[in-house]
Amino acid sequence: MSRIQTRFDALRASGRKALIPYVTAGDPSPAVTLPLMHALVAAGADVLELGVPFSDPMADGPVIQLACERALMHGTRLLDVLEIVAEFRKTDTETPVVLMGYLNPIEAIGYANFAEKARAAGVDGVLTVDLPPEEGVEANAIFRAQGLDTIYLMSPATSDARLRHICQQGSGYLYYVSLKGVTGSANLDVEAVAHKITQMREMTDLPLAVGFGIRDAASAAAVSAVADGVIVGSVLVNQIAELVTAHEHIPAQVSAIIAEMRQAMDA
Amino acid sequence: MSNESTEKVVYPDALGHFGPYGGRFVSETLIGALEELESVYNKLSADPAFQAEFDHDLAYYVGRPSPLYHAERLSRELGGAQIYLKREDLNHTGAHKVNNTIGQALLAKYMGKPRVIAETGAGQHGVASATVAARLGLECKVYMGAEDVKRQALNVYRMRLLGAEVIPVTSGTRTLKDAMNEAMRDWVTNVDNTFYIIGTAAGPHPYPKLVRDFQCVIGRETREQCLKQTGRLPDVLLACVGGGSNAIGMFHPFIEDRSVRMIGVEAGGYGLETGQHAAPLSDGRPGVLHGMRTYLMEDDAGQILPTHSVSAGLDYPGVGPEHAWLKDIGRAEYVAINDDEAMQGFRTLTRVEGIMPALESSHAVAYAMKLAPTLRKDQTIVINLSGRGDKDIHTVATLDGIEM
Repeated sequence: MSRIQTRFDALRASGRKALIPYVTAGDPSPAVTLPLMHALVAAGADVLELGVPFSDPMADGPVIQLACERALMHGTRLLDVLEIVAEFRKTDTETPVVLMGYLNPIEAIGYANFAEKARAAGVDGVLTVDLPPEEGVEANAIFRAQGLDTIYLMSPATSDARLRHICQQGSGYLYYVSLKGVTGSANLDVEAVAHKITQMREMTDLPLAVGFGIRDAASAAAVSAVADGVIVGSVLVNQIAELVTAHEHIPAQVSAIIAEMRQAMDA
Repeated sequence: MSNESTEKVVYPDALGHFGPYGGRFVSETLIGALEELESVYNKLSADPAFQAEFDHDLAYYVGRPSPLYHAERLSRELGGAQIYLKREDLNHTGAHKVNNTIGQALLAKYMGKPRVIAETGAGQHGVASATVAARLGLECKVYMGAEDVKRQALNVYRMRLLGAEVIPVTSGTRTLKDAMNEAMRDWVTNVDNTFYIIGTAAGPHPYPKLVRDFQCVIGRETREQCLKQTGRLPDVLLACVGGGSNAIGMFHPFIEDRSVRMIGVEAGGYGLETGQHAAPLSDGRPGVLHGMRTYLMEDDAGQILPTHSVSAGLDYPGVGPEHAWLKDIGRAEYVAINDDEAMQGFRTLTRVEGIMPALESSHAVAYAMKLAPTLRKDQTIVINLSGRGDKDIHTVATLDGIEM
């Protein structure tokens, strides 16, 4: 059984919801990421989404785009991200790690090469933002053959027919984008999310996690009441951005946000 | 010589693929909008009423057909092939871009979208978008790299006069590719009321196809005019290639005419050997950016590289997927012209024919100056003169050390 499935099964058994922080690997420097990952887990994160920096993150808002720029300034590339995961695995063999990013860095080193190295490093899942299922047939077969879960996005604009198709193609968990827009947008409508989650629940047994627009403990708790997991990104990356001149405080201050959310979700 | 339609080429396939290129590599958040656009376009492109409205606008608003002009003096001076210029610079707004914005604005109108957005490099597409938006009473926002806002101050002011809001984009390399990222972000956020007018035959399916279709009027007219004026098909077609919309509009109707050589001219910048250029077909490799698989300028780790060209309109690290395919199957050739060669082309055409070409089109002129002397006097080169050079006067003056 995959680490992701094991983790969600355990959460389900204990009646809790998954808290999934996203940070961009290498932001603002590669040395920060590893201690930050451990701190997030200690603060109550169940799954880690690690962003792979890309020069042109088209689906992301300004917050994560700037994070990519900071990470690339210090030269954090896909292979460096895999090294960070391998380091993480030396002391944490249980927390699932999902790489989230864009296709081109993966294509550049080759699907098979990437999948093999990712598995060896201890990566559990891959979410390739700009690889919808239609284009991803070849890549996903290769990823799955290495035991990597392929995680897909679904959005409010996704048609019912596509929802069904994506539910079949995905593994690990499904990522529901709560609103029309880029990462870091506002205007989360929990009722609309709940409605959609109910609809998707009939199509799949996979855990349904919700991201985009979750900014604080209250919104995390509200969304976790209607979904299996809550994904938090821009608010954490914003905190990192404020500490670019004080790296040493990043793990503690960023994980404090997660600790607060954890508490609100479990209350 | 037969004059029947030659557009038998069926690419792209149903998923927007030109061989291994093209496709729809976007976040799920954009898929719905692209599917909607595709279905509307498929319906309207087969609708004679839509086609008639498009043709009417091209004739009475844009001023088509644009002339095919025999540049006799230039031909004589170069001493080889006869050079003809397809005068897209004479279109309303001064470039080929308007053919496409007329078409896409009609789509926006039929889809009931009150707001249009566009990305722009040199500003020609931004101006053409602002123009059609003004005419149809649509709200218009144009994203433009902060670097290009500086380089193309005249066009920025033109857009503002037309009522468009110009947003300088300060992320990444602050040029066309970043403007496109930003426009995509706007679109995904405001997809319910917004139509995204992409300016080149690139991006996710169906854009490469629909932009090509709207620009094919260039090649169709050229074919007809050339047969009428010279009695035969041209030997060589030349067009500059950034994203590649003027080139594909010129090339596509000739694809089945195997005797016609098609040569796309990329921006060689400071020279291919310097790495500082914008010529992915000449010195790049396939990858995925902006929703499509195509040739890109990227590093070993798959990060997109900064580009350089004296011409803002060619300063783009990718290229339309149909060009990538035409290159691989050997149907079209792609070459690069450096900044200084393009400047020479600009000056020569201005002095010898009294026609001031855009710096983009000057790349094609410069290549013609190399190629023509190697051909016979009874052979014909058609250059797509995609735009006029007024917008570039500041750039040229700066290179000349003149302050205006």
